[in-house]
Amino acid sequence: MAEPLLSIRDLHVSYGNIKAVRGISLDVEEGQIVTLIGANGAGKSTTLRAISGLVRPSAGSVVFRGMELSKLAPHRVVEAGIAHVPEGRGIFANLTVYENLKLATYSRKDRDRIPADEERVFALFPRLKERLSQMAGTLSGGEQQMLAVARALMTRGRIMLLDEPSMGLSPILVQEIFKVIAEINEAGTTILLVEQNANMALKVAHHGYVLQTGEIVLAGAAEDLASDPRVREAYLGG
Amino acid sequence: MAVILQQTLNGLQLGSVYALIALGYTMVYGILRLINFAHGDIFMIACYIGFFASGAFLARHLPTWAVFASTLLTSMVLTALLAMLIERSAYKPLRYAPRVSAVITALGVGLFLEHFTLATLGPAPRAIPPLLPAANYNMGGLTISSLQLMIIVISIILMLLLDTVVQKTMTGMAMRAISFDKTVVPLMGVPVDRIISLTFAIGSAVAAAGGILYSQAYPIINPYMGVRIGWWAFIAAVVGGIGNIRGAMLGGYILGFVEVFTPTILPSSTYRDFVAFTILLAVLIVRPTGILGRVAAQKV
Ligand SMILES: Nc1ncnc2c1ncn2[C@@H]1O[C@H](COP(=O)(O)OP(=O)(O)O)[C@@H](O)[C@H]1O
Ligand SMILES: [Mg+2]
Repeated sequence: MAEPLLSIRDLHVSYGNIKAVRGISLDVEEGQIVTLIGANGAGKSTTLRAISGLVRPSAGSVVFRGMELSKLAPHRVVEAGIAHVPEGRGIFANLTVYENLKLATYSRKDRDRIPADEERVFALFPRLKERLSQMAGTLSGGEQQMLAVARALMTRGRIMLLDEPSMGLSPILVQEIFKVIAEINEAGTTILLVEQNANMALKVAHHGYVLQTGEIVLAGAAEDLASDPRVREAYLGG
Repeated sequence: MAVILQQTLNGLQLGSVYALIALGYTMVYGILRLINFAHGDIFMIACYIGFFASGAFLARHLPTWAVFASTLLTSMVLTALLAMLIERSAYKPLRYAPRVSAVITALGVGLFLEHFTLATLGPAPRAIPPLLPAANYNMGGLTISSLQLMIIVISIILMLLLDTVVQKTMTGMAMRAISFDKTVVPLMGVPVDRIISLTFAIGSAVAAAGGILYSQAYPIINPYMGVRIGWWAFIAAVVGGIGNIRGAMLGGYILGFVEVFTPTILPSSTYRDFVAFTILLAVLIVRPTGILGRVAAQKV
Protein backbone atom coordinates (compact mmCIF):
# COMPACT_ATOMS: atom_id res chain seq x y z
CA MET A 1 0.00 0.00 0.00
CA ALA A 2 1.17 3.50 -0.75
CA GLU A 3 2.21 5.83 2.05
CA PRO A 4 -0.73 7.80 3.41
CA LEU A 5 -0.67 11.49 2.53
CA LEU A 6 -1.04 12.47 6.17
CA SER A 7 -0.16 10.25 9.05
CA ILE A 8 -0.60 11.03 12.73
CA ARG A 9 1.04 8.80 15.32
CA ASP A 10 0.39 8.77 19.06
CA LEU A 11 -0.42 12.48 19.20
CA HIS A 12 -0.79 14.11 22.61
CA VAL A 13 -1.88 17.72 23.10
CA SER A 14 -2.52 19.48 26.39
CA TYR A 15 -3.73 22.93 27.36
CA GLY A 16 -2.09 23.45 30.72
CA ASN A 17 -3.21 20.37 32.62
CA ILE A 18 -6.19 19.64 30.40
CA LYS A 19 -5.29 16.66 28.22
CA ALA A 20 -7.31 17.45 25.10
CA VAL A 21 -5.82 14.78 22.81
CA ARG A 22 -4.48 11.57 24.32
CA GLY A 23 -2.45 9.49 21.95
CA ILE A 24 -4.42 9.41 18.73
CA SER A 25 -3.19 7.90 15.49
CA LEU A 26 -4.85 8.28 12.13
CA ASP A 27 -4.07 8.09 8.43
CA VAL A 28 -5.46 10.05 5.53
CA GLU A 29 -4.98 8.44 2.13
CA GLU A 30 -4.42 10.70 -0.84
CA GLY A 31 -7.61 11.49 -2.71
CA GLN A 32 -9.98 10.48 0.08
CA ILE A 33 -12.37 12.26 2.37
CA VAL A 34 -11.65 11.18 5.91
CA THR A 35 -13.91 12.35 8.69
CA LEU A 36 -13.24 12.77 12.36
CA ILE A 37 -16.48 12.77 14.29
CA GLY A 38 -17.16 13.21 17.96
CA ALA A 39 -19.08 15.19 20.52
CA ASN A 40 -18.32 18.72 21.56
CA GLY A 41 -15.05 18.82 23.50
CA ALA A 42 -13.79 15.48 22.17
CA GLY A 43 -10.59 17.06 20.83
CA LYS A 44 -11.40 17.36 17.12
CA SER A 45 -10.38 20.99 16.70
CA THR A 46 -7.30 20.43 18.81
CA THR A 47 -6.22 17.65 16.45
CA LEU A 48 -6.53 19.97 13.44
CA ARG A 49 -4.79 22.77 15.29
CA ALA A 50 -1.91 20.44 16.08
CA ILE A 51 -1.58 19.47 12.42
CA SER A 52 -1.42 23.17 11.46
CA GLY A 53 1.07 24.03 14.16
CA LEU A 54 -1.30 26.35 15.98
CA VAL A 55 -0.79 24.28 19.11
CA ARG A 56 2.32 22.25 19.90
CA PRO A 57 1.82 18.56 20.65
CA SER A 58 3.47 17.33 23.84
CA ALA A 59 4.26 14.05 22.10
CA GLY A 60 3.73 12.20 18.84
CA SER A 61 4.27 12.93 15.19
CA VAL A 62 2.43 14.45 12.25
CA VAL A 63 3.94 13.35 8.96
CA PHE A 64 2.75 14.87 5.69
CA ARG A 65 4.28 13.59 2.43
CA GLY A 66 7.21 12.25 4.40
CA MET A 67 7.78 15.56 6.19
CA GLU A 68 7.50 15.98 9.94
CA LEU A 69 5.17 18.92 10.56
CA SER A 70 5.01 19.17 14.30
CA LYS A 71 8.05 21.42 14.58
CA LEU A 72 7.12 23.81 11.75
CA ALA A 73 5.70 27.30 12.21
CA PRO A 74 2.05 27.46 11.10
CA HIS A 75 2.76 29.49 7.97
CA ARG A 76 5.32 26.86 6.92
CA VAL A 77 2.69 24.17 7.33
CA VAL A 78 0.52 26.08 4.86
CA GLU A 79 3.45 26.29 2.46
CA ALA A 80 3.95 22.54 2.85
CA GLY A 81 0.46 22.06 1.40
CA ILE A 82 -2.06 22.04 4.23
CA ALA A 83 -5.12 24.26 3.97
CA HIS A 84 -7.12 24.70 7.16
CA VAL A 85 -10.64 26.09 7.37
CA PRO A 86 -10.89 26.87 11.07
CA GLU A 87 -13.85 26.39 13.36
CA GLY A 88 -16.13 29.42 13.19
CA ARG A 89 -14.78 30.26 9.70
CA GLY A 90 -12.31 32.90 10.82
CA ILE A 91 -12.90 35.24 7.92
CA PHE A 92 -11.52 38.76 8.17
CA ALA A 93 -14.64 40.89 8.42
CA ASN A 94 -12.69 44.14 7.96
CA LEU A 95 -11.23 43.03 4.63
CA THR A 96 -13.11 42.78 1.38
CA VAL A 97 -14.05 39.39 0.01
CA TYR A 98 -11.34 39.73 -2.60
CA GLU A 99 -8.72 40.72 -0.04
CA ASN A 100 -9.61 37.65 2.02
CA LEU A 101 -8.91 35.49 -1.02
CA LYS A 102 -5.79 37.39 -1.95
CA LEU A 103 -4.25 37.16 1.51
CA ALA A 104 -4.45 33.39 1.32
CA THR A 105 -1.92 33.46 -1.53
CA TYR A 106 0.64 35.24 0.67
CA SER A 107 3.30 32.57 0.70
CA ARG A 108 2.63 30.98 -2.68
CA LYS A 109 5.62 30.77 -4.96
CA ASP A 110 3.59 29.89 -8.08
CA ARG A 111 2.18 33.40 -8.53
CA ASP A 112 1.41 32.76 -12.22
CA ARG A 113 -1.14 30.10 -11.32
CA ILE A 114 -3.14 32.33 -9.00
CA PRO A 115 -5.44 33.82 -11.69
CA ALA A 116 -6.50 30.33 -12.79
CA ASP A 117 -7.21 29.37 -9.19
CA GLU A 118 -9.28 32.51 -8.77
CA GLU A 119 -11.34 31.54 -11.80
CA ARG A 120 -11.83 28.08 -10.37
CA VAL A 121 -12.99 29.49 -7.04
CA PHE A 122 -15.38 31.91 -8.78
CA ALA A 123 -16.83 29.05 -10.80
CA LEU A 124 -17.37 27.07 -7.62
CA PHE A 125 -18.79 30.05 -5.68
CA PRO A 126 -20.47 32.42 -8.14
CA ARG A 127 -22.05 34.35 -5.27
CA LEU A 128 -18.63 35.34 -3.96
CA LYS A 129 -17.69 36.65 -7.36
CA GLU A 130 -20.62 39.06 -7.22
CA ARG A 131 -19.46 40.32 -3.83
CA LEU A 132 -15.71 40.70 -4.30
CA SER A 133 -15.49 44.34 -3.25
CA GLN A 134 -17.88 43.97 -0.35
CA MET A 135 -16.56 43.81 3.24
CA ALA A 136 -16.48 40.15 4.22
CA GLY A 137 -18.29 40.98 7.45
CA THR A 138 -21.41 41.91 5.48
CA LEU A 139 -21.77 38.40 4.01
CA SER A 140 -24.40 36.01 5.31
CA GLY A 141 -23.30 33.05 7.42
CA GLY A 142 -23.48 30.67 4.49
CA GLU A 143 -21.52 33.01 2.26
CA GLN A 144 -18.90 33.44 4.96
CA GLN A 145 -18.47 29.68 5.12
CA MET A 146 -18.11 29.57 1.34
CA LEU A 147 -15.50 32.32 1.58
CA ALA A 148 -13.61 30.38 4.25
CA VAL A 149 -13.50 27.35 1.95
CA ALA A 150 -12.62 29.48 -1.07
CA ARG A 151 -9.80 31.08 0.85
CA ALA A 152 -8.43 27.67 1.80
CA LEU A 153 -8.54 26.69 -1.87
CA MET A 154 -6.48 29.77 -2.71
CA THR A 155 -3.63 28.51 -0.53
CA ARG A 156 -3.56 25.57 -2.94
CA GLY A 157 -3.09 22.88 -0.34
CA ARG A 158 -2.88 19.19 -1.21
CA ILE A 159 -5.11 18.48 1.74
CA MET A 160 -7.86 20.59 3.25
CA LEU A 161 -8.71 20.40 6.92
CA LEU A 162 -12.31 21.48 7.53
CA ASP A 163 -13.47 22.18 11.07
CA GLU A 164 -17.25 21.86 11.37
CA PRO A 165 -18.13 23.58 8.12
CA SER A 166 -21.83 22.91 8.71
CA MET A 167 -21.92 24.68 12.06
CA GLY A 168 -24.68 27.27 12.33
CA LEU A 169 -25.97 26.75 8.79
CA SER A 170 -29.53 26.03 7.71
CA PRO A 171 -30.24 22.50 6.39
CA ILE A 172 -30.22 23.72 2.79
CA LEU A 173 -26.86 25.39 3.22
CA VAL A 174 -25.51 22.30 4.95
CA GLN A 175 -26.46 20.29 1.86
CA GLU A 176 -24.77 22.88 -0.30
CA ILE A 177 -21.53 22.96 1.67
CA PHE A 178 -21.28 19.15 1.63
CA LYS A 179 -21.84 19.17 -2.09
CA VAL A 180 -18.98 21.63 -2.46
CA ILE A 181 -16.74 19.46 -0.28
CA ALA A 182 -17.43 16.46 -2.51
CA GLU A 183 -16.69 18.55 -5.61
CA ILE A 184 -13.40 19.81 -4.21
CA ASN A 185 -12.44 16.25 -3.38
CA GLU A 186 -13.36 15.01 -6.84
CA ALA A 187 -11.14 17.71 -8.31
CA GLY A 188 -8.20 16.15 -6.49
CA THR A 189 -7.93 17.68 -3.02
CA THR A 190 -7.72 15.27 -0.10
CA ILE A 191 -9.98 16.20 2.79
CA LEU A 192 -9.91 15.72 6.54
CA LEU A 193 -13.36 16.71 7.73
CA VAL A 194 -14.20 17.35 11.37
CA GLU A 195 -17.90 17.25 12.15
CA GLN A 196 -20.46 16.96 14.88
CA ASN A 197 -22.97 16.36 12.14
CA ALA A 198 -21.92 12.70 11.89
CA ASN A 199 -24.80 11.79 9.65
CA MET A 200 -23.77 14.08 6.80
CA ALA A 201 -20.07 13.55 7.36
CA LEU A 202 -20.28 9.76 7.09
CA LYS A 203 -22.36 10.08 3.94
CA VAL A 204 -19.71 12.07 2.10
CA ALA A 205 -16.58 10.45 3.58
CA HIS A 206 -14.69 7.33 2.55
CA HIS A 207 -13.26 6.65 5.94
CA GLY A 208 -14.02 7.76 9.47
CA TYR A 209 -12.67 7.97 12.97
CA VAL A 210 -14.71 8.45 16.13
CA LEU A 211 -13.10 10.57 18.78
CA GLN A 212 -14.18 10.51 22.41
CA THR A 213 -12.49 12.56 25.16
CA GLY A 214 -9.25 12.75 23.27
CA GLU A 215 -9.06 9.14 22.17
CA ILE A 216 -10.08 7.30 19.02
CA VAL A 217 -12.65 4.73 20.01
CA LEU A 218 -13.74 3.50 16.58
CA ALA A 219 -12.40 3.61 13.06
CA GLY A 220 -13.42 2.16 9.74
CA ALA A 221 -14.97 2.63 6.36
CA ALA A 222 -17.58 5.39 6.51
CA GLU A 223 -20.50 3.16 5.57
CA ASP A 224 -19.54 0.60 8.20
CA LEU A 225 -19.40 3.30 10.85
CA ALA A 226 -22.73 4.68 9.71
CA SER A 227 -24.35 1.31 10.33
CA ASP A 228 -22.44 0.51 13.53
CA PRO A 229 -24.94 0.39 16.41
CA ARG A 230 -22.56 2.20 18.78
CA VAL A 231 -22.16 5.08 16.35
CA ARG A 232 -25.85 5.13 15.59
CA GLU A 233 -26.71 5.35 19.24
CA ALA A 234 -24.16 7.97 20.25
CA TYR A 235 -24.00 10.23 17.19
CA LEU A 236 -26.79 9.50 14.78
CA GLY A 237 -29.74 9.68 17.15
CA GLY A 238 -30.34 5.90 17.33
CA MET B 1 -7.38 87.31 8.84
CA ALA B 2 -3.72 87.09 7.89
CA VAL B 3 -2.96 85.88 11.42
CA ILE B 4 -5.48 83.11 11.08
CA LEU B 5 -4.05 82.01 7.73
CA GLN B 6 -0.56 82.18 9.18
CA GLN B 7 -1.56 80.10 12.16
CA THR B 8 -3.35 77.64 9.88
CA LEU B 9 -0.07 77.03 8.08
CA ASN B 10 1.71 76.63 11.40
CA GLY B 11 -0.99 74.24 12.52
CA LEU B 12 -0.60 72.20 9.36
CA GLN B 13 3.15 72.06 9.88
CA LEU B 14 2.96 70.91 13.48
CA GLY B 15 -0.04 68.70 12.79
CA SER B 16 1.90 66.91 10.06
CA VAL B 17 4.57 65.99 12.57
CA TYR B 18 2.05 64.84 15.19
CA ALA B 19 0.28 62.82 12.51
CA LEU B 20 3.50 61.09 11.48
CA ILE B 21 4.22 60.11 15.08
CA ALA B 22 0.62 59.19 15.85
CA LEU B 23 0.72 56.65 13.01
CA GLY B 24 3.26 54.55 14.90
CA TYR B 25 1.07 54.39 18.00
CA THR B 26 -1.97 53.49 16.00
CA MET B 27 -0.31 50.82 13.83
CA VAL B 28 1.22 48.99 16.77
CA TYR B 29 -2.01 49.24 18.74
CA GLY B 30 -3.91 47.98 15.72
CA ILE B 31 -2.06 44.71 15.52
CA LEU B 32 -0.93 44.05 19.09
CA ARG B 33 -3.45 46.02 21.18
CA LEU B 34 -0.36 47.48 22.81
CA ILE B 35 0.20 51.16 23.52
CA ASN B 36 3.87 51.47 22.74
CA PHE B 37 4.72 54.09 25.34
CA ALA B 38 8.34 54.01 24.18
CA HIS B 39 7.30 55.51 20.83
CA GLY B 40 7.89 59.14 21.88
CA ASP B 41 11.40 58.24 22.98
CA ILE B 42 12.01 56.36 19.75
CA PHE B 43 11.13 59.67 18.07
CA MET B 44 13.74 61.37 20.28
CA ILE B 45 16.38 58.80 19.28
CA ALA B 46 15.50 59.44 15.63
CA CYS B 47 16.29 63.12 16.18
CA TYR B 48 19.65 62.29 17.72
CA ILE B 49 20.43 59.98 14.83
CA GLY B 50 19.52 62.91 12.60
CA PHE B 51 21.87 65.15 14.55
CA PHE B 52 24.87 62.87 14.09
CA ALA B 53 23.99 61.83 10.55
CA SER B 54 23.56 65.41 9.36
CA GLY B 55 26.91 66.30 10.94
CA ALA B 56 28.60 63.44 9.17
CA PHE B 57 27.00 64.20 5.81
CA LEU B 58 27.69 67.95 6.08
CA ALA B 59 31.37 67.15 6.73
CA ARG B 60 31.43 65.45 3.33
CA HIS B 61 30.41 68.69 1.63
CA LEU B 62 27.40 67.22 -0.10
CA PRO B 63 24.80 69.63 -1.47
CA THR B 64 22.28 70.57 1.26
CA TRP B 65 19.37 68.75 -0.35
CA ALA B 66 21.49 65.59 -0.50
CA VAL B 67 22.44 66.02 3.15
CA PHE B 68 18.77 66.36 4.02
CA ALA B 69 17.75 63.31 1.99
CA SER B 70 20.54 61.13 3.38
CA THR B 71 19.89 62.29 6.93
CA LEU B 72 16.20 61.51 6.54
CA LEU B 73 16.89 58.05 5.13
CA THR B 74 19.60 57.21 7.65
CA SER B 75 17.39 58.18 10.55
CA MET B 76 14.40 56.28 9.16
CA VAL B 77 16.40 53.10 8.56
CA LEU B 78 18.32 53.10 11.85
CA THR B 79 15.22 53.98 13.86
CA ALA B 80 13.31 51.18 12.16
CA LEU B 81 16.08 48.73 13.08
CA LEU B 82 16.06 49.96 16.66
CA ALA B 83 12.29 49.50 16.88
CA MET B 84 12.56 45.96 15.50
CA LEU B 85 15.22 45.19 18.07
CA ILE B 86 13.02 46.56 20.87
CA GLU B 87 10.06 44.52 19.63
CA ARG B 88 12.10 41.31 19.45
CA SER B 89 13.82 41.66 22.78
CA ALA B 90 11.24 43.43 24.96
CA TYR B 91 7.73 42.87 23.57
CA LYS B 92 7.81 39.54 21.76
CA PRO B 93 8.55 37.48 24.87
CA LEU B 94 5.41 39.04 26.39
CA ARG B 95 3.13 38.29 23.43
CA TYR B 96 0.95 35.96 25.51
CA ALA B 97 1.50 37.62 28.87
CA PRO B 98 -1.17 39.83 30.45
CA ARG B 99 -1.40 43.08 28.56
CA VAL B 100 -0.41 45.16 31.55
CA SER B 101 3.03 43.50 31.53
CA ALA B 102 3.65 44.68 27.99
CA VAL B 103 2.45 48.21 28.78
CA ILE B 104 4.75 48.44 31.81
CA THR B 105 7.59 47.09 29.69
CA ALA B 106 6.91 49.78 27.09
CA LEU B 107 7.09 52.48 29.76
CA GLY B 108 10.34 50.90 30.94
CA VAL B 109 11.80 50.85 27.44
CA GLY B 110 10.93 54.54 27.09
CA LEU B 111 12.69 55.42 30.34
CA PHE B 112 15.65 53.31 29.30
CA LEU B 113 15.96 55.18 25.99
CA GLU B 114 15.78 58.57 27.74
CA HIS B 115 18.35 57.70 30.37
CA PHE B 116 20.61 55.85 28.00
CA THR B 117 20.71 58.99 25.85
CA LEU B 118 21.23 61.15 28.92
CA ALA B 119 24.05 58.94 30.19
CA THR B 120 25.89 58.65 26.89
CA LEU B 121 25.30 62.07 25.34
CA GLY B 122 24.62 64.25 28.36
CA PRO B 123 21.74 66.58 29.19
CA ALA B 124 22.93 69.50 27.06
CA PRO B 125 20.51 70.34 24.28
CA ARG B 126 21.89 70.18 20.77
CA ALA B 127 20.85 71.86 17.57
CA ILE B 128 20.25 70.11 14.30
CA PRO B 129 21.58 72.29 11.46
CA PRO B 130 19.12 73.70 8.94
CA LEU B 131 19.03 71.44 5.88
CA LEU B 132 16.00 72.71 4.02
CA PRO B 133 15.91 76.01 2.10
CA ALA B 134 14.32 78.67 4.30
CA ALA B 135 13.14 81.31 1.85
CA ASN B 136 10.15 83.38 2.89
CA TYR B 137 7.48 84.48 0.45
CA ASN B 138 5.25 87.42 1.29
CA MET B 139 1.72 87.28 0.05
CA GLY B 140 -0.44 90.13 1.26
CA GLY B 141 0.77 90.09 4.84
CA LEU B 142 1.01 86.31 4.89
CA THR B 143 4.50 84.89 5.21
CA ILE B 144 4.88 81.48 3.65
CA SER B 145 8.20 79.85 4.30
CA SER B 146 9.47 77.28 1.87
CA LEU B 147 10.52 75.26 4.91
CA GLN B 148 6.96 75.07 6.13
CA LEU B 149 5.71 74.02 2.72
CA MET B 150 8.39 71.35 2.46
CA ILE B 151 7.52 69.92 5.87
CA ILE B 152 3.83 69.79 5.04
CA VAL B 153 4.32 68.37 1.55
CA ILE B 154 6.87 65.72 2.55
CA SER B 155 4.63 64.65 5.44
CA ILE B 156 1.59 64.34 3.23
CA ILE B 157 3.56 62.33 0.66
CA LEU B 158 4.73 59.95 3.39
CA MET B 159 1.20 59.59 4.72
CA LEU B 160 -0.18 58.84 1.26
CA LEU B 161 2.57 56.28 0.78
CA LEU B 162 1.82 54.64 4.10
CA ASP B 163 -1.90 54.63 3.41
CA THR B 164 -1.21 52.92 0.08
CA VAL B 165 0.96 50.31 1.77
CA VAL B 166 -1.75 49.55 4.31
CA GLN B 167 -4.64 49.58 1.84
CA LYS B 168 -3.08 48.03 -1.25
CA THR B 169 -0.15 45.76 -0.49
CA MET B 170 -0.12 42.20 0.77
CA THR B 171 1.75 43.35 3.87
CA GLY B 172 -0.91 45.95 4.58
CA MET B 173 -3.65 43.37 4.10
CA ALA B 174 -1.85 41.09 6.53
CA MET B 175 -1.62 43.93 9.05
CA ARG B 176 -5.32 44.62 8.80
CA ALA B 177 -6.12 40.92 9.05
CA ILE B 178 -3.96 40.59 12.17
CA SER B 179 -5.72 43.55 13.73
CA PHE B 180 -9.00 41.73 13.26
CA ASP B 181 -8.04 38.21 14.29
CA LYS B 182 -4.44 37.27 14.90
CA THR B 183 -5.14 33.57 15.45
CA VAL B 184 -6.35 32.79 11.94
CA VAL B 185 -3.74 34.75 9.99
CA PRO B 186 -1.01 32.05 10.10
CA LEU B 187 -3.45 29.69 8.36
CA MET B 188 -3.24 32.01 5.35
CA GLY B 189 0.48 31.27 5.11
CA VAL B 190 1.34 34.65 6.62
CA PRO B 191 4.37 34.83 8.94
CA VAL B 192 2.74 36.85 11.70
CA ASP B 193 5.96 37.60 13.57
CA ARG B 194 7.47 39.13 10.47
CA ILE B 195 4.42 41.33 9.90
CA ILE B 196 4.53 42.53 13.51
CA SER B 197 8.22 43.30 13.14
CA LEU B 198 7.52 45.22 9.92
CA THR B 199 4.75 47.17 11.60
CA PHE B 200 7.16 48.40 14.26
CA ALA B 201 9.70 49.19 11.57
CA ILE B 202 7.30 51.19 9.40
CA GLY B 203 5.66 53.01 12.32
CA SER B 204 9.04 54.03 13.70
CA ALA B 205 10.50 55.01 10.34
CA VAL B 206 7.55 57.33 9.80
CA ALA B 207 8.05 58.81 13.29
CA ALA B 208 11.73 59.27 12.43
CA ALA B 209 10.74 61.20 9.34
CA GLY B 210 8.50 63.29 11.59
CA GLY B 211 11.50 63.87 13.86
CA ILE B 212 13.79 65.06 11.09
CA LEU B 213 11.10 67.37 9.70
CA TYR B 214 10.27 68.65 13.19
CA SER B 215 13.93 69.39 13.83
CA GLN B 216 13.97 71.65 10.78
CA ALA B 217 11.29 73.81 12.35
CA TYR B 218 12.37 73.36 15.99
CA PRO B 219 16.08 72.48 15.86
CA ILE B 220 16.82 72.08 19.58
CA ILE B 221 16.83 68.48 20.75
CA ASN B 222 17.35 66.94 24.19
CA PRO B 223 16.87 63.51 25.80
CA TYR B 224 13.41 64.34 27.19
CA MET B 225 11.94 65.90 24.05
CA GLY B 226 10.04 62.69 23.25
CA VAL B 227 7.92 62.84 26.38
CA ARG B 228 5.63 65.76 25.61
CA ILE B 229 5.58 65.23 21.84
CA GLY B 230 4.96 61.53 22.41
CA TRP B 231 2.00 62.30 24.64
CA TRP B 232 0.55 64.71 22.13
CA ALA B 233 0.91 62.25 19.30
CA PHE B 234 -0.65 59.57 21.49
CA ILE B 235 -3.61 61.85 22.23
CA ALA B 236 -3.83 62.51 18.50
CA ALA B 237 -4.02 58.78 17.82
CA VAL B 238 -6.73 58.28 20.45
CA VAL B 239 -8.76 61.31 19.35
CA GLY B 240 -8.66 60.10 15.73
CA GLY B 241 -9.51 56.54 16.74
CA ILE B 242 -6.61 54.38 17.86
CA GLY B 243 -5.97 51.54 15.46
CA ASN B 244 -7.25 53.62 12.56
CA ILE B 245 -4.58 54.93 10.18
CA ARG B 246 -6.59 57.82 8.78
CA GLY B 247 -7.79 58.62 12.29
CA ALA B 248 -4.20 59.12 13.41
CA MET B 249 -3.62 61.56 10.57
CA LEU B 250 -6.80 63.49 11.38
CA GLY B 251 -5.97 63.50 15.09
CA GLY B 252 -2.47 64.76 14.37
CA TYR B 253 -3.81 67.79 12.53
CA ILE B 254 -6.43 68.48 15.22
CA LEU B 255 -3.67 68.52 17.84
CA GLY B 256 -1.47 70.67 15.62
CA PHE B 257 -4.25 73.25 15.41
CA VAL B 258 -4.93 73.04 19.14
CA GLU B 259 -1.31 73.85 19.81
CA VAL B 260 -1.03 76.86 17.53
CA PHE B 261 -4.49 78.31 18.15
CA THR B 262 -4.43 78.02 21.94
CA PRO B 263 -2.35 81.16 22.45
CA THR B 264 -4.48 82.98 19.86
CA ILE B 265 -7.68 82.26 21.75
CA LEU B 266 -6.60 81.74 25.35
CA PRO B 267 -4.24 84.05 27.28
CA SER B 268 -1.17 81.86 26.97
CA SER B 269 0.24 78.79 25.28
CA THR B 270 0.57 77.19 28.72
CA TYR B 271 -3.10 76.26 28.36
CA ARG B 272 -2.35 73.97 25.45
CA ASP B 273 -2.07 70.74 27.48
CA PHE B 274 -5.30 71.63 29.20
CA VAL B 275 -7.02 72.13 25.84
CA ALA B 276 -5.55 68.94 24.39
CA PHE B 277 -6.65 66.79 27.32
CA THR B 278 -10.08 68.46 27.35
CA ILE B 279 -10.54 67.54 23.70
CA LEU B 280 -9.36 64.02 24.45
CA LEU B 281 -11.90 63.66 27.25
CA ALA B 282 -14.69 65.22 25.22
CA VAL B 283 -14.04 62.89 22.28
CA LEU B 284 -13.82 59.85 24.53
CA ILE B 285 -17.11 60.74 26.21
CA VAL B 286 -18.98 61.31 22.95
CA ARG B 287 -17.20 58.63 20.90
CA PRO B 288 -15.18 56.21 23.02
CA THR B 289 -13.57 54.71 19.92
CA GLY B 290 -12.31 58.07 18.65
CA ILE B 291 -13.55 60.09 15.70
CA LEU B 292 -12.86 57.54 12.97
CA GLY B 293 -12.55 54.47 15.18
CA ARG B 294 -15.09 51.73 14.76
CA VAL B 295 -16.57 49.72 17.53
CA ALA B 296 -14.62 46.46 17.49
CA ALA B 297 -16.70 43.79 15.84
CA GLN B 298 -17.89 41.30 18.37
CA LYS B 299 -16.40 37.93 17.59
CA VAL B 300 -18.69 34.94 18.00
N1 LIG C 1 -7.54 27.19 24.24
C1 LIG C 1 -7.91 26.24 25.12
N2 LIG C 1 -7.52 26.32 26.41
C2 LIG C 1 -7.87 25.37 27.31
N3 LIG C 1 -8.61 24.30 27.01
C3 LIG C 1 -9.02 24.15 25.75
C4 LIG C 1 -8.69 25.13 24.74
N4 LIG C 1 -9.24 24.72 23.57
C5 LIG C 1 -9.88 23.57 23.84
N5 LIG C 1 -9.76 23.22 25.14
C6 LIG C 1 -10.29 22.00 25.78
O1 LIG C 1 -9.76 20.89 25.11
C7 LIG C 1 -10.75 19.91 24.91
C8 LIG C 1 -10.92 19.61 23.44
O2 LIG C 1 -11.43 20.76 22.80
P1 LIG C 1 -11.63 20.86 21.22
O3 LIG C 1 -10.46 20.31 20.54
O4 LIG C 1 -12.02 22.24 20.91
O5 LIG C 1 -12.87 19.88 21.02
P2 LIG C 1 -13.87 19.75 19.80
O6 LIG C 1 -13.36 20.49 18.66
O7 LIG C 1 -13.97 18.28 19.56
O8 LIG C 1 -15.18 20.29 20.28
C9 LIG C 1 -12.02 20.44 25.59
O9 LIG C 1 -12.07 19.90 26.88
C10 LIG C 1 -11.79 21.91 25.64
O10 LIG C 1 -12.45 22.48 26.73
MG1 LIG D 1 -14.19 22.06 17.70
